[in-house]
Amino acid sequence: MSTAASLHQSRKRKNAVMMTLCVVAAGIGLAWLALILGALLYKGLSGVNLAVFTEMTPPPGDAGGLLNAIYGSIVMTIIGIIVGTPIGVLAGTYMAEYGRFSKLTTVVRFINDILLSAPSIIIGLFVYELMVRPMGHFSAIAGAVALSILVIPVVVRTTEDMLNLVPNALREAGTAIGAPRWVVIRSVAYRAALSGIVTGILLAIARISGETAPLLFTALNNQFWSSNLNAPMASLPVTIFQFALSPYEEWQQLAWTGALIITLTVLGLSIIARSLTGRREDR
Amino acid sequence: MTAVSEAATSSALRTREATVRRFAFTDMAFRTATRLSAILVLVLLGGVAISLVAGSWEALSKFGFSFLTTESWNPVTENFGALAPIYGTIVTSAIAILIAVPIGIGIAVFLTELCPRPLRRPIGIAVELLAGIPSIIYGIWGLFVFAPFLQTTVQPFIIYIFHGIPGLSSLFAGPPYGIGLLTSSLILAIMVLPFITSITKDVFDTVPAVLKESAYGIGCTTWEVTRRVTIPYTRVGIMGGVMLGLGRALGETMAVTFVIGNAHRISASLFAPGTTISATIANEFTEADGDLYTSSLVSLGLILFIITFIILALARYMLLRIDSRTGA
Repeated sequence: MSTAASLHQSRKRKNAVMMTLCVVAAGIGLAWLALILGALLYKGLSGVNLAVFTEMTPPPGDAGGLLNAIYGSIVMTIIGIIVGTPIGVLAGTYMAEYGRFSKLTTVVRFINDILLSAPSIIIGLFVYELMVRPMGHFSAIAGAVALSILVIPVVVRTTEDMLNLVPNALREAGTAIGAPRWVVIRSVAYRAALSGIVTGILLAIARISGETAPLLFTALNNQFWSSNLNAPMASLPVTIFQFALSPYEEWQQLAWTGALIITLTVLGLSIIARSLTGRREDR
Repeated sequence: MTAVSEAATSSALRTREATVRRFAFTDMAFRTATRLSAILVLVLLGGVAISLVAGSWEALSKFGFSFLTTESWNPVTENFGALAPIYGTIVTSAIAILIAVPIGIGIAVFLTELCPRPLRRPIGIAVELLAGIPSIIYGIWGLFVFAPFLQTTVQPFIIYIFHGIPGLSSLFAGPPYGIGLLTSSLILAIMVLPFITSITKDVFDTVPAVLKESAYGIGCTTWEVTRRVTIPYTRVGIMGGVMLGLGRALGETMAVTFVIGNAHRISASLFAPGTTISATIANEFTEADGDLYTSSLVSLGLILFIITFIILALARYMLLRIDSRTGA
């Protein structure tokens, strides 16, 4: 009797210990997020002023801003999205609509999932071999192409998932009134899955706006203002990389401020994206 | 009477036919466009593989198999070996996974079993936001905040308590630089944690409620249900999530580049600076002069590509298996 009672006690104790450890684990996860955001706000906010958004990146030891880097990031992100999104949406459409049961879809889904998690520096090497080496110089357009290759798998994945959620009855209703397949896809399936597809694009923007590795040896960097797509262009992440590792205090401060800008952008985008799909789930 | 209406009917037929033909054509065009885009995804991965092989040809044909087993990395004498970066990559990723897996599973258990329902979604989102933070942010935070903290507080303490214990004393030896293999591993652990957590949570949700309820029904504690029912049922899925996290850790570039110290040598101590494949490429590629140097760096990229491809393919295979089981 007493052994049964003590066994019960020890089982209860073990349970309490393990459950406490799980709570501690969750606490650790949240604490990291708080620590990183706290440090970013603390170090980054003090450097936020008008000059950051109106002046060029300074030479060592001088004050200045991040205007050319912010501009370069926006330009390359936009081109990357414009190039990558249509390809991603079309490929996702094939997988969810025309080729839902084809063998090609299974293979593409597998390969796409691998591309989704492939190291981005490998994509940088690929674009270097594909564009920079033949052209003989670094260029903003090569950077944008590298980013678009990162956009494609994200958009493919979400587009396919979201189109698969559209009820088949809707498609059948469209087909029953004589609409050809592509009209059904365009006016029924896309419309029903719109918020999901937009979410995918927002997540893709969030992903590429912080990417550094694929830009290092495609777009390189540029100390000065440049809107020439055929020349090296500055970007926020690469500038942060260069400035943070420098010994100059002004550069390090700018790096922290840039880091804060990127993080707020990325977190803002992913929260908007989540709230778009969140509303779907509640409905 | 008939001539007029016949003409009208036949013209209506003709426009109808033309419309149908036009529809068939546009549908065909759209179908082809989507199919080509899908094929382009395959071409991309193929292109990555081909370009890496082509770019690394010069170095690999010169050094051959010894490229993988040579530690020396000397741009001046143009003698390159990949052993130190491969060692650094594997060691940092392995330690990161060892730290992140128990914490990740713990958070997943917390979210599925313990967390009050209204808090579940916000906490889940907060952990997933960790995944959204760009790696360069982890890098700058690691270099300026985390590494100095380790250097002044944690590392001297560890060196002190393990001093004189054989094995451990050489594993945790040397001056506390702050940056090095262990710091990189810790940063990587934080970075892969959200991937492991979210996948583990997803596969935990696939456990049929009746299995857990019958275990509770015979008097099991929450821990016993987790240990004996939930984890065995989802083992393959958890492994898939761990592999996915491992794939991320192996290829992670910027965060590691900041805190690894970039030294091409293999040291027994985890406090010593080292290097990884991706950090070497990120640091040296734009400065590499000479085709052999560049080609050696691309060869490193090829090795990383092959390793991550195998790991990620395994991860997807395992996750597919658990998907097909819940689908059935």
